[in-house]
Parts: sequence; C-alpha cells; structure tokens
Amino acid sequence: MSANPAEPASADDAVTAEDLTKRFGAFTAVDRLSMRIARGEVMGFIGPNGAGKSTTIRMLCGLVAPSEGRASVAGFDVGSQAQRVRENIGYMSQKFSLYGDLTVRENLRFFAGIYRVPASEVAGRMQYAVSMAGLEGQENARVATLAGGWKQRLALGCAILHRPPVLFLDEPTSGVEPEARRRFWDLIHDLAANGVTTLVSTHYMDEAEYCNRIALIDRGKLIAIGSPSELRQRGLGGVLYEMECSPLGAALEALHGAPGILEAAIFGDRLHVVVDPGTTHAPDLTERLRAHGIAVGAIRPTLPTLEDVFVHLVARGLETRSVG
Amino acid sequence: MFGRVGVMLVKELLQLRRDRSAMLRLIVPLVVQMLMFGYAATFTVHHVPTTVLDLDRSAPSRGLVSHFVASGRFDVVDEAESQKQLQSDIDHNVAMIGIVIHAGFARDLGNGKTAPLQVIVDGTNSNTALIAFGYINQIVAQFSAEEVAALARRVAGAARPPTGVTLQVVPWFNAGLEDTWFFIPGIIGSLTLMQVVSLTAFAIVREREVGTLEQILVSPIRSVEFILGKTVPFFLIGLADIALVCAIGILWFKVPFVGDPMVLLVGSTLFLLAVVGMGLLLSTYSHTQQQAFALNFFFVNPFFILSGFAFPIAAMPKALQWFTLINPLRYFLVVIRAVFLKGVGFSVLWPDLTAMAALALVMLTVSVSRFRASMSA
Repeated sequence: MSANPAEPASADDAVTAEDLTKRFGAFTAVDRLSMRIARGEVMGFIGPNGAGKSTTIRMLCGLVAPSEGRASVAGFDVGSQAQRVRENIGYMSQKFSLYGDLTVRENLRFFAGIYRVPASEVAGRMQYAVSMAGLEGQENARVATLAGGWKQRLALGCAILHRPPVLFLDEPTSGVEPEARRRFWDLIHDLAANGVTTLVSTHYMDEAEYCNRIALIDRGKLIAIGSPSELRQRGLGGVLYEMECSPLGAALEALHGAPGILEAAIFGDRLHVVVDPGTTHAPDLTERLRAHGIAVGAIRPTLPTLEDVFVHLVARGLETRSVG
Repeated sequence: MFGRVGVMLVKELLQLRRDRSAMLRLIVPLVVQMLMFGYAATFTVHHVPTTVLDLDRSAPSRGLVSHFVASGRFDVVDEAESQKQLQSDIDHNVAMIGIVIHAGFARDLGNGKTAPLQVIVDGTNSNTALIAFGYINQIVAQFSAEEVAALARRVAGAARPPTGVTLQVVPWFNAGLEDTWFFIPGIIGSLTLMQVVSLTAFAIVREREVGTLEQILVSPIRSVEFILGKTVPFFLIGLADIALVCAIGILWFKVPFVGDPMVLLVGSTLFLLAVVGMGLLLSTYSHTQQQAFALNFFFVNPFFILSGFAFPIAAMPKALQWFTLINPLRYFLVVIRAVFLKGVGFSVLWPDLTAMAALALVMLTVSVSRFRASMSA
C-alpha cells in the first residue's frame, strides 16, 4: 500500500502526479504536489478550504492547465492526451451540476449521450443509476425538486454512466446530511470493490476514516500521505500518552523540553505527551514527574484523532513527507 | 460528432419547452418593439402648423396656399392680417412656419418675372424645421413649374416652347420617399442583433454559473460540438425572429418586398452566424451574467448606432467608419433594405454577404478556440 512519490511508477497506478504546480499570478495554489493512487484505491484528499484540493482535482481532470509538473490519469497524460483522460474519468463537484429543469431520466439520458454510452446499454445503465440513487419511481421528477442527498447520488450516477475507471469527487458530500453522507460513502466503496479508483476531497475529518489512504494538503503542499491508522500512529512523529496528573501546570513545565519529549499539551483535565518511542516510555514519564513532586495517576498510550495529526502537521509546517 | 450535437439539441429543446415563459420572452418584446419603432422611427413631418400672410390676395396666391394644404404636410392654422400677427404666432408656438406672399405676386408671375416668396421657419426644432423647409421647396418648385407651363401655353401658338432647365428629382425604389420603408428593414436587423447576441451569451454564461458547464467540460465533448448544440437553437430562433418581424413589416406596415426571399435567407443566415459568433465571443469573456450584461451593453449599442440604421455611415468620422467595417449589422442593413426595396440579388450584394461570412468565420473560430481555456479558468 505504500506509495512513496520517489518510487518508480507502477503499472497499477491509476493516477500519478509529479511536481504538479498551479500558480494564479503570484499565488501558488498547488505547490509541487506529487502522489500516486493505485488502481481501486479510495484516496481521501483532506485539507482546509483553499488548501489546493479543488485546484489539484481540476488539474487532474484537465479543467485547469498545470503551471508546472505532470500528471497522468488512467495511463493518459493530462496535458497531451486530455481527450483520452476525459473519456476515462467521472467528475462530480460540490457545485451541484445537473439540469434542475430536466427530469431524472432526461439528465441521465443527456449524460449518457454526451459520453456516447452504446445505445444497447443505455437503458440498463440508466436503470442502475436510478436504483443506485434510490430514485425508483421518480424518473420523471424534475431534478430541482429532489432533496440534497438524492441529487447528490444522482449526480454520482450521471458521473459513472460511462463506467469510468477513475473517479474524481470534489467535496461531494458538502452540505449533505450525515445519513445521506453515509450512504454516499457506501456507494464509493461499492465502486472501489469493482476496481474504480477514487480521489475524493472532503473537509469532514470523520469521512477520512472511510478512505484507504489520505493525502493531507495545506497551503498547496502535500504534508502527509498514508492510511488513516498509519497517520494516527505515526503522524505525530512519536507515541502519544494520555496522563492523569496533578497539578497539570507544573507537570507541563516539568516535561516541556525534556529529553525524549517531543510535545506536551494540556488536554482537558489530562496531559497529552508525545514521546520519542526509541528513548522514552511510560515509566520514564512517571519517574520524571514524581521527581518533581507531581502526583501521577493513570498513564496509557493512546491514538490521536486524524484531526490532531492534521493540526500537528500543519502547525509544524512540516516538509512534504510520507508516512508508512 | 452529430451524435453529441443532437444530444445537446434535444436538451436545449427540452429546456426551452419546459420554460413556460420562454415563448413570451422571445416573441412579445420583439413584436411590441417592432410595432413601436415602426411608428416612432420616422423623419416624416406631417401637419406642420403654418400661418399664412397673403398680401396679394390673388388667384395664384390662393393657388399656392392650396398647394401647401393639399400636400398634407402643412396645416394653415391662421391667416394673418399683418407681419406682426405672423410674428406673434411663431413666438407663441401657434405656428412653426410662416409664409408671406407679398403684394404683386400674381403680377410678377404673369409677367414671367421672379416672384419672391418669404418663408419664416421656427428653428427651435432644427430637424423638423429643416425637413419642413425641404417640403416647402418641393411644393414651391412644383407650383412654379406649373405656372411656367401655364404661361408657356398662353404665349404658345407659333412661339417656341420656353427653354430652360428644370431640375427633376426622381426618387427610385421608394418613389414616395416613405421613410417607414427605410426604417422597417433597419428595425428588423437591429432587433434581431440585440435579441440573438444576448440570448446566446447569456445561455452559455448561465450554464457556467450554475456549474453544468464544468460538468460538460470534463466530458469528452469537443468544443465545437458543445458550441453547435448551444447555438443552433439561437440561430433558428433568430431566423424565426427575422421571418416574424418581416411579416409584420410587410403585412402591417405595408413595406413592399420586391426582392428574392432566397437572397434575404442567405443574408439572414450569414448575419445570424456572425451575431451568434459575437454572443459566443462575449460569453468567453464573461464569468457571470452581470459581466455578460455589461459586455452586451458595451458592444450592442454601438453596433446599433454605428450601423447606418439612422445615421449615414458616410457622415461619420473616419475612425468610426472603420469601426463599422466589423459591424455585421452594417452589412445586413444594406442587404435587407436592398432586398425589400430594390430587389437586387447576389450579383450586387456579394460584397456585403462576403463581409458577413468573413466576420462569422472569424468570430466563431476565435470563440471555439478560446472556449475550453476561457471556460475553465
């Protein structure tokens, strides 16, 4: 599963980006971003608004020309084989983009026609898209009258009518209620099970857990990439301990900057301490605090949330690196 | 390629059919404006209030006044007794024209001498005054020609007919110099320009604003397929527009149509291609409908004013005359007026048709080539 950008391209990579860069005037929206997405992988693209997620996806779709760098999608170069790329991708953005004044069926037929789905298969695929979206019996409803979750699943249905091997979803779940978001992710996993590669951006941290791997991006730079558990285990650069101790302020002072201690912070009524696992372990912490006359209660290793990892990495402004 | 264009066309037609107010928006403003402008756009002057001061009180002087009245251009509102009264009529806007026939008018005419006639014109509305003055000249010229002929008959017999040169103005194609005939074809072209440019530009920019354009741009559709699918409907609407307003011009305003409808169809087709191309070009420079609106305003109005619709191109400063060379309306007005009133064909109109074809080609080519880049930025 490891996909270090430095590794040679594999025939199994559905998407590769090398030093992909986009500048708008003096502003660098995407800064030398490199990554590989394996066939059938669900890659989550996580980062704050304006981090460069959309711009990266739009470059990979051929909607925006990169300022520098290269990318290939489904084996085709984004710059020189844009037409082939377009035939092999499905795209859906947060901006709802079906025709509201047309019915469910008319929208599906339109996109089937634009993608030139063979006539013999149109009916079957439309039927599949309708049932996938849960819109049976509503084929003649105008899309504008549908609720958000249905619209969004229909948009996905339209985006995959031509059976693209690669899917780009740009914040597809933004503004959709949690229940519908859950259903949407089930659909993505069904597609992945059939070998569809998906790059999906989101700013919901909980959704990151649904991805095979996550690329964290901030201010145009890829700051970490790995599976959710890899990132939680190693994203902080050490092992996280949660400790009960008192007084907290003195404990923080005692640990701050001590050898083997990478980071320490008060977290509610507890202390969160990141240590270098090569040199420091739980008993070392207890010992040090007791030496300062601090009462130490329970101490246990714990996993950070992805949000913790993300905040940590962004705060440190770390260089692009991969974990795992 | 026709597959995708067909898919686009079906979609556009479905959307048009679903839009209940579309027909209303497309047809009503056009018809209403056609009727309004058909009546309003005229330089013709009728029933100018006129005061006559006839100091001669002779048969010829009364004859001259009756010529004025018979023309329908002048209403004699007052028969003044004195110069002062005439003055007062003009000062008080009772009359716009004062005609003074001096004593001795009939005697001078009878002797074959020049009989002076004084005309006082209120120049406040210089345009109307100038036009009325033109009519006066015509009427007087006609009157004097008749008098000269009558005089010649009286002194005829063995004598030779009177020599002399008469300037004869013979208007062709529009023998009555009805300016409605001149303006109606112009209105047809102008209305079509305004409607089709904005329809085309807005239709594309709207898709861009809604986000559907992006969804289409990630598909393998080619720019030319999308553009054809998006513009053929407006091209057809434009043709229907022209047919509709031509029908109003012919049936309602009784403008004669002496030419070949085929020539008009070819001219209209080239004109609409250029106009649709212009709308497309504007759309590639507009990210929002507001921008499209501003650009539309910036371009369409000059194209209208600088088309020769009302103001002769030959009278414009050189720089503006050059600008009119890229104005498709300029050429279409030549074509539509010629077809309506002169009945000339391709052998005469080919330079204008060629110019429109060239403009259409340039605008459509530039639009297609700009399309993906501009739409996805």
